[in-house]
Amino acid sequence: MIRLEGVSREFPMGDTVVHALDDVDLSVDAGEYLSVMGPSGSGKSTLLNILGLLDTPTRGRYFLAGADTTTLSDAEQATARSQRIGFVFQFFHLVSRLTAAENIALPLLLAGHAPDERRDRVRGILADMGLADRADHRPDQLSGGQRQRVAIGRAIAMNPDVILADEPTGNLDRHSGEEVVGILEALNRDAGLTLVVVTHDPALGKRPPRRVAMLDGRIEADRRGGAKP
Amino acid sequence: MRPTDTLRFAAGALTGARVRSGLMLIAMAVGVAAVVVLTGLGEGARRYVAGEFAALGTNLLIVLPGRTETVGGAPPMTGETPRDLTLDDALALTRSPAVHRVAPIVVGEAVVARPGRSRDTAVMGSTAAFQAVRRLRMERGHFLPAGDPRSARPVAVIGTTIKDELFGPRRALGEWLRVGDRRFRVIGVIAQQGQQLGVSLDELVLIPVASAQALYNTPSLFRVLVEAGDRSTIAHAKGEVERIIAERHEGELDVTVITQDSVMAAFDRIFRALTLTVAGIAGISLVVAGILVMNVMLVSVTQRTAEIGLLKALGAPAPRIQLLFLTEAALLSLAGGLAGLGLGLAGNRAVAWGVPALDSWPPAWAVAAGLGTALGIGVLFAVVPARRAARQDPVQALARR
Repeated sequence: MIRLEGVSREFPMGDTVVHALDDVDLSVDAGEYLSVMGPSGSGKSTLLNILGLLDTPTRGRYFLAGADTTTLSDAEQATARSQRIGFVFQFFHLVSRLTAAENIALPLLLAGHAPDERRDRVRGILADMGLADRADHRPDQLSGGQRQRVAIGRAIAMNPDVILADEPTGNLDRHSGEEVVGILEALNRDAGLTLVVVTHDPALGKRPPRRVAMLDGRIEADRRGGAKP
Repeated sequence: MRPTDTLRFAAGALTGARVRSGLMLIAMAVGVAAVVVLTGLGEGARRYVAGEFAALGTNLLIVLPGRTETVGGAPPMTGETPRDLTLDDALALTRSPAVHRVAPIVVGEAVVARPGRSRDTAVMGSTAAFQAVRRLRMERGHFLPAGDPRSARPVAVIGTTIKDELFGPRRALGEWLRVGDRRFRVIGVIAQQGQQLGVSLDELVLIPVASAQALYNTPSLFRVLVEAGDRSTIAHAKGEVERIIAERHEGELDVTVITQDSVMAAFDRIFRALTLTVAGIAGISLVVAGILVMNVMLVSVTQRTAEIGLLKALGAPAPRIQLLFLTEAALLSLAGGLAGLGLGLAGNRAVAWGVPALDSWPPAWAVAAGLGTALGIGVLFAVVPARRAARQDPVQALARR
């Protein structure tokens, strides 16, 4: 599903160049569940941005579902983001003036789906996320856990292949965090979505069957099996 | 993204930021209202003047004795004076098929008296045709009788002010009135006309033209009003009038013929230019509003950085984000424009209520131009903020809380 070949990302900073990613190779199969861990500045966020097509590598190639994304135009990248990738952010990034249902419908709206189709899809997602009675609430009327569940609902609205979660529990209490992780893992287990979780949190980071550790823009370790949840 | 969804999303973004949207709306509304009110005033003034002329008759030619010419050279040594314009000259004009009606006019001042009451007023001698030419309505009785204009009958038609001042509430019809040293019987009262280009018909005593010539002991006419068949024959009628008069005055054209139309057209042009000028001045306030739109949109783009980043992450390409912001500007400008239109029309009504003579109402082109300019300027000044939004780097946009 995901294949990085010699990917580097450099940012000019003053006179020097920061190597956020340094010649990274990574291959993720469809339906895999992995965590990316590492200290601040280790390059894990940059990696996630590149996987999410929000950023482009300075060097190297990135294949998503077999297609070389580095040759895609901006519009084609936007289409790929829309159809293949779902994002879950630490700070939810819900649109505050829209209701829960409208936030979930946003990707469908942007992709031009018909209102009837959107309504049916959103109703199903709200039920799956346990938010059926919160459809018309705005984000400021929802708890942190509920907000993150809306965000997950939005991420899966377009039936993506991959979910990229950036510190999905970083802004939640322990109970809500466990709930959110449970939902994400269920999506991976039951729906076969590829799940990539970037986190600082060791408790969250050690759950997946595959764990990638990053340091100074390189992949330091790539462990499989062992500490299964 | 569907057009209806684009509109709804943009409208939602606008209502989500009430103060910001409200400010821009007010700026646009004031600009458009200024255009609508000022052009309404200009147009009202134009219509007022046009109406005054129309009340005089639009197919009207005015024949004045004497030739006004701006040819240089020394004045003639012999002291040449123009011939009088006589009643026979006027009657001769009716021979031409291009001439519809002819109303000869003699004007003077006289003391008009009833037993116990008198006043000084304007006296006009004319014929029955004058009523049709000047579109006069009667309040009571009849206008001057048709028949031979050369017969000096002792009858008079008076304006309402004269009637009130000399007769009070009593009946005036059939009563005798002394005008100068002659007596006239009142046969009609003209309905109230108000001012027409400064001449009040309400303070007028109208007598047959031959009576007025006798009263003032003059064979000459003050002027002759000629009504052409319709607007298109005015030029032809003017030629006919000049030909007939010249023929009667031994080949010399010693009268001036003014067409009502040319005077009116001149005024029309002046007022249109005036209206355009004030519209242009008001348009400046729309440009100012446009700059405010740009400013506020730039703030909006900065404040909504995270939302823009999110839209990009959700698969909105840059042109769509630009379109969303332009749609916001267009909706806002349109709403502001419509609000301004309402405000402006209300302002015009207020003016018309305060000054009834000035039927202040903006011309359709000004309304269209006001709205169009508001929309155009709003969108134009939103291009820079919208492009900035579209160019936003999603990584940095999302990194901010």
